[in-house]
Amino acid sequence: MCLAVPGRVTEIEDRDGTRMATVDFGGVVKEVCLEYLPDLQVGEYAIVHVGFALQKLDEESARQTLELFENLGMLQEEFGDPWELAAEASGPQWADNEEVPQEAQQ
Amino acid sequence: MKYLDEFQDPDLARRLLDDIHSVVTRPWALMEVCGGQTHTIIRHGIDQLLPDQVELIHGPGCPVCVTPLEVIDKALEIASRPGVIFCSFGDMLRVPGTGRDLFQVRGEGGDVRVVYSPLDALHIAQQNPDREVVFFGIGFETTAPPNAMTVYQARKLGIRNFSLLVSHVRVPPAIEAIMQSPNCRVQGFLAAGHVCSVMGIGEYPELADRYRVPIVVTGFEPLDILEGVRRTVLQLERGEHTVDNAYPRAVRPEGNPAAQAMLADVFEGTDRAWRGIGVIPDSGWRLSSRYRDFDAEHRFSVAGIDTREPAECRSGEVLQGLLKPNECAAFGTTCTPRNPLGATMVSSEGACAAYYLYRRLDITTAPLEASPVA
Repeated sequence: MCLAVPGRVTEIEDRDGTRMATVDFGGVVKEVCLEYLPDLQVGEYAIVHVGFALQKLDEESARQTLELFENLGMLQEEFGDPWELAAEASGPQWADNEEVPQEAQQ
Repeated sequence: MKYLDEFQDPDLARRLLDDIHSVVTRPWALMEVCGGQTHTIIRHGIDQLLPDQVELIHGPGCPVCVTPLEVIDKALEIASRPGVIFCSFGDMLRVPGTGRDLFQVRGEGGDVRVVYSPLDALHIAQQNPDREVVFFGIGFETTAPPNAMTVYQARKLGIRNFSLLVSHVRVPPAIEAIMQSPNCRVQGFLAAGHVCSVMGIGEYPELADRYRVPIVVTGFEPLDILEGVRRTVLQLERGEHTVDNAYPRAVRPEGNPAAQAMLADVFEGTDRAWRGIGVIPDSGWRLSSRYRDFDAEHRFSVAGIDTREPAECRSGEVLQGLLKPNECAAFGTTCTPRNPLGATMVSSEGACAAYYLYRRLDITTAPLEASPVA
């Protein structure tokens, strides 16, 4: 949760007066708030934490980090299904829990 | 040297290691503050690659781990109430409260939802005006600005059915508490890079000076850790104690001023209890009086919940660097990720989880209890 993942801005729009972006994290796409980096432009990279861009990053650093995260399985940890992870950790008595809610599947 | 082959740039890793080996003349104990750094260190065996004189001590920088039991119990109480949608980051699901966790609350019928961003929780509140939506706002300086912005947005948009259960903590007071401990062995700090991306490095020179301890801002990739260790050891060998930024690609000295301004608007400083450690003065944030309407603790009257932590869990000592996870008698026996005594065993950034996950992989070559520790 505390780690931030680098991503590339692909689109920017204003939503309810808030600057929001579509950001690509090595194939996983998320909505990200740009209020803390208002100068960020389409095509640029930033480190993103829990849906907020926090600091600009150069492209090479971003790509290297993303590659490393993917190899380490950290992208799966960040963007994967947390209910499945929790069920696995809990053991078989919880593994057959009811269906995963939509929010967790996004 | 099997681990070295797994580095992104094995040649650079080798050069950094050679450099560290060549300058060390005596024993040094360094603390990596960030839980993400701990996992990198254990996963890549960095502690085993370093010279014997350089010991890495794991710090309290896992936000899930340091969230006090009573806050978890407040979350469980609120999440169990009818009409509540309780939203959390995924890594809080299995953190044990008294007798159960959020995962079990959901199994008992509670509407617990996992969100990627606190703004997702606000969106759920907009879509469900007849329900109370509560977001579990824990974390360090990296996570606090997103949560602050979400409360700011809730007020701006007039969303009344949203609130925050807040338990934010700050790194510098934790460093100070560690240095003031009579048992402290830490001689240098690898500061948490992403915390500094937000806060900058302005809070550290005074600490470095007062405690005569080098503080090197460090990233969490394997090469970042080696570079952080190299710079810290160099300072120690030279008798220096300055603040050094070894992670400039993500950390500017001033941090992120917009995020800091929002923190100052939405939150105010407060004493905070750290799980297993106790209260550290002025070590956290709570909602400022202007945003008190969005405080779930008051809205659901759970402020009175006061839970005593179980004595058998020694995670407090682990979080302060006084005990290595596998030195705990419960490690891997009565405490496992499936049946954890404390959060350090279930959090993705917890030191006990890192030891369990990666040392367990070594079982084929060495029994767990015989695993070497730096």
